Amino acid sequence: MKTNDVILQTVTKVTVFIIILFSLRLFFSGHYTPGGGFIGGLMTAGALVLLLLAFDLKTVANILPIDYKIVTAIGLLFAIGTAAGALLFNVPFLTHAFDYFTLPILGKTSLHTAVLFDTGVYLVVVGVTMTIIQTIGVSD
Amino acid sequence: MLEIIIRITLICVSLSMLGLIYRVIKGPTTPDRVVALDALGVNLIAIVALVSMLIDSDAFLEVILLLGILAFIGTVSFSKFLEKGAIIERDRNR
Repeated sequence: MKTNDVILQTVTKVTVFIIILFSLRLFFSGHYTPGGGFIGGLMTAGALVLLLLAFDLKTVANILPIDYKIVTAIGLLFAIGTAAGALLFNVPFLTHAFDYFTLPILGKTSLHTAVLFDTGVYLVVVGVTMTIIQTIGVSD
Repeated sequence: MLEIIIRITLICVSLSMLGLIYRVIKGPTTPDRVVALDALGVNLIAIVALVSMLIDSDAFLEVILLLGILAFIGTVSFSKFLEKGAIIERDRNR
């Protein structure tokens, strides 16, 4: 029997963008307010899980052709690259640096290399969560 | 004055959560329990908002939106499990 999911699918099409924007806000606000890479990655994975719930595995693989194991690997590469990059400047492993830059629209902004490490955490959390859910969550 | 009102509201919300917990435990069918858990999530959002007013902090505002999203996703997956027996399908058009 085919069921009609039109309400769930329409609500999902609107809500997924709000959840992804909220997860990016949580990710970028992690330095000064609650948030960070972990909860941002979990919320992005939550948006993708909502897509999986409203549609199916094949449709989501069509719109986002991503292998999440590779996402995990890229995240680990980001983290280890940020940590090892400190060695190039003759300071201990995992030393972070920051400076103030004047960006075109945002004005005076402090850019911190901890954001690159946080990007690694974000990608690893998204990759691991989606790998687990796609592996054990699918029926049959 | 506002603090007294917030405390009275907290007590009322806690009492309604107790009623919902009774429905979760006693509820004859599974959909009763799912609806009660969804309403528990909404009451939890109210408690977080009231407590963040009480301690005069804006550090918990993300938690409110987070709980709303998580309650929605959890309720949707529970209802899909009750309706179809499968939470994530491989190909729905087959």
